[in-house]
Amino acid sequence: MVSATRIFPNLYRDSISLMQLSAVLAARPGIDNVSAVMATPANLALLAEAGLAPGRVAAGPNDLLIVARGKDSAAVTAALDAAAAEIARPTVAAAGVAGPSLPRSLRSARLQVPAANLALVSTPGEYAAAEAMKALRLGLNVMLFSDNVDLDDEVALKRLAKARGLMVMGPDCGTAIVNGVPLGFANAVRRGAIGVVGASGTGTQQVTCLVHRLGAGISHAIGTGGHDLSRRVGGITMVQGIRALAADQATKVIVLISKPPAPEVARAVLKAARNCGKPVVVNFIGAAPDSVRGQNLHVAATLDHAARVAVALAQGGAPPGPDLGQLPPVRLGPMAAGQRYVRGLYSGGTFCYEASAMLGAALGTVWSNAPVDPRRRLGDARKSKGHTLIDLGDDAFTRGHPHPMIDFRLRNERLLREAEDAEVAAIVLDVVLGFGAHPDPAAELAPVIEKARATVRRRGREIAVVGFVCGTELDPQGLDRQANALRSAGMILTESNAQAARLAASIAGGRR
Amino acid sequence: MNPLLSAPLSVLNVGVGSFADAIASQGGTATRIDWTPPAQGDRAAGMALARLVNHPRIEAANAKAYRKLVAAQPRLIGIGVAGKTLPGIGRRMILHAGPPIAWARMCGPMQGAIIGAILFEGWATSAAKARALAASGKIGFAPCHHHGAVGPMAGIISPSMPVWAIENAAGGNRTYSNLNEGLGKVLRFGANGAEVIERLRWMRTVLAPTLQAGLARLGPVELKPLMAQALHMGDEVHNRNAAATSLLIKKLAPALLKSGAASADIAATIEFMAGTDHFFLNLSMAACKAMLDAAHGVPYSSLVTTMARNGVDFGIRVGGLGRRWFTAPAPVVDGLYFAGYAMADAAADLGDSAITETAGIGGFAMAAAPAIVKFVGGTAADALANTVAMTHITLGRNNAFTLPALDFAGTPCGIDARLVVDTGILPVINTGIAHKAPGVGQIGAGVTRAPLACFTQAVTALAAAVKG
Repeated sequence: MVSATRIFPNLYRDSISLMQLSAVLAARPGIDNVSAVMATPANLALLAEAGLAPGRVAAGPNDLLIVARGKDSAAVTAALDAAAAEIARPTVAAAGVAGPSLPRSLRSARLQVPAANLALVSTPGEYAAAEAMKALRLGLNVMLFSDNVDLDDEVALKRLAKARGLMVMGPDCGTAIVNGVPLGFANAVRRGAIGVVGASGTGTQQVTCLVHRLGAGISHAIGTGGHDLSRRVGGITMVQGIRALAADQATKVIVLISKPPAPEVARAVLKAARNCGKPVVVNFIGAAPDSVRGQNLHVAATLDHAARVAVALAQGGAPPGPDLGQLPPVRLGPMAAGQRYVRGLYSGGTFCYEASAMLGAALGTVWSNAPVDPRRRLGDARKSKGHTLIDLGDDAFTRGHPHPMIDFRLRNERLLREAEDAEVAAIVLDVVLGFGAHPDPAAELAPVIEKARATVRRRGREIAVVGFVCGTELDPQGLDRQANALRSAGMILTESNAQAARLAASIAGGRR
Repeated sequence: MNPLLSAPLSVLNVGVGSFADAIASQGGTATRIDWTPPAQGDRAAGMALARLVNHPRIEAANAKAYRKLVAAQPRLIGIGVAGKTLPGIGRRMILHAGPPIAWARMCGPMQGAIIGAILFEGWATSAAKARALAASGKIGFAPCHHHGAVGPMAGIISPSMPVWAIENAAGGNRTYSNLNEGLGKVLRFGANGAEVIERLRWMRTVLAPTLQAGLARLGPVELKPLMAQALHMGDEVHNRNAAATSLLIKKLAPALLKSGAASADIAATIEFMAGTDHFFLNLSMAACKAMLDAAHGVPYSSLVTTMARNGVDFGIRVGGLGRRWFTAPAPVVDGLYFAGYAMADAAADLGDSAITETAGIGGFAMAAAPAIVKFVGGTAADALANTVAMTHITLGRNNAFTLPALDFAGTPCGIDARLVVDTGILPVINTGIAHKAPGVGQIGAGVTRAPLACFTQAVTALAAAVKG
């Protein structure tokens, strides 16, 4: 193995572009590992953790650094040359629409576009709070996609926003839809009467997609970020979101999505919900349904249930019960004795969390790197035991690597490894479509699912690969195209995360 | 109620570019921002800056300061003697370029020029004695800027030197500059031999009185229209002054001929000006200072009112922060060098002439000067790009100085220290390059950038001022 580095001085690229570049380079022949980063101290530390320590390099935070490791120097040099060519190539948008003089700061952009009403901030976390502060001072609402923002900064930003009649969605807000326009990682959905306020990006994606697939539509989906309902922040954005949707003419029904908040925060949020004058569907993911009371409040047991209740209410019907309805048939050959465990490999943290709660209720002990019950935390997230559900979007996996919704390498390797385990009966996968996600997830997953099933069959066993596609036919990847390709590879597809968890539980539960 | 949900969504996108594509594909409006980490990654300075964005006190102060800057009408009113004219100058005082600096830290050309000035004043009889006197502490050294003046390169002004006097007709404030000696072995590059001293004496005894006689006949010369015209003739009035000098001669020659001065003196004066392409530079600089001084002193203003270098430190001053200098090491200019010289021979950036960029000409008006584009990358497009880039860090465009190549847009004018820190775009400065040894002279020219550290310090100080 040989390593080499290349530095592009004073060249800034955003982290997602660099992750995409890293993924392309890693797929080159003879390349073992490669990472393209802005050479901040934090990123240099991550490189070291990933075993790509570049040694002493004359690169600083404004310099783009690429480190490549491969079988010989020819392969490494070729990869670095390819990187240079890729970096030199102007993006279509930069070359076409923008011209030579894009605004260089929020302030100058604001002067150019007086009608601007929202700043979408997705810079590295250490700079994000400052950009959000500028946006608020310029009278703009903020969606803060960036994560790793200090909680103190979040509190300060949200208080400033509130004082100025503005809203901060985030930090760590992955998904929002405002006036039909997707922000961040969102799906293309019909417009309609259901408004969402979500502390979870994938939770919001699930509900908006299911609402669309049930024939209804979304007025707005407001993201709060994952820390909004903590004691420190106190649900400032969620309360603002409820009030904004309450005042919004198009919204008839409001859906709230969050992991169970701190009790006093829950009280404040539910008080705002009770007083908002519209039906509110509440899904505190994994929480006991009796934690929510109120005339206009409807408790949903799952994200799937939340979507169905909201659609029924929006259409003037009675809210349905939590029953998940008909599950797809499982037509598999006989499994071997001893195959009894579920292994979930999730790219969405909320999907992992909801499934953990459901499987825990159905099957008992469920291990995870992001467990519902803290006592069930896996010692080593890279090794499964018993029923194990893994959130591959967790920091432990994404440090120095692209997110699993964009880069399938980690999940594909893990999928093959879990299939080798003679005790595994079912593997659960989430497949997320929409803006920001991989352009063709099925193309990445289908061959690996086929390979895993073939391996298992050669050993005289059978395995269920269960999952769901979170997306719509309007998404760039196309729901039907993705679903058909995955079904052809032998994946058993349900409509939702909850259904997939229920199906996996019934497969494993029948084999105890 | 927040109108976000009822108004059409218009997004400013900072960060991941593909998010803007998704927004556009779904019928939304997204404006991309070409973002880099503010303050070149200095997080604390970036956060201090963020709290000053759209700050009402600063915006109001800058609006006022900017109005004064563009309203200023500098005009040449005459020639005086430094020791009798410059405010606060002492009898044994020598002024120099850039921020304050002690003798021991001065660069070679500045020390050489000070030795020359001591010889010129007759305070010492040899270079060695002059050096000893300079080091003895018996001579006061102060920045030109502290006494209403500016000087190119070493910027040395001693009491008996003649100075141009400029008055801002709109504000009444006056500024001064020494007279340009031409190229080659000259004091401002640190030369101090007999021919240099002899020329300085001739300038004092012949050139200055003759010019003064002409000016007395002519009356005040409005400098702003003259500079504007020169911009239309290929000068940027910092590194190229050929047109402006010609225009000045055109104005002065008839008055000189009618002034009653000796015809031999008039001939020598016109000949000297005609042989000195940069003769106008010192007037350009003093005119710029007159405009910027008018704008200085508005509390809380983040307008940069001075950029100057002493060959060791680069310093700036900011309108709302009084007389404080914010300094950083002066860069060595990576420019074009005359045959036989290289970057290793160069002194660090030197001179008060960056006052021209501070006022929005010079490097900021590069689009006006295609003849010298070799300094900025070689093509006319590079020159335009330099000017356009400066619009990101300036408060406005000065419609008194228009640029034909940019459809007569005004020059980017009025550097806001906040914008420099926010965008990381550093003010561009066209400059000559001095040899680091005294007296060798100019060895090249090129483009340099003001160091970011000056601006981050200023922004941090402004943040404290606004809080306090």
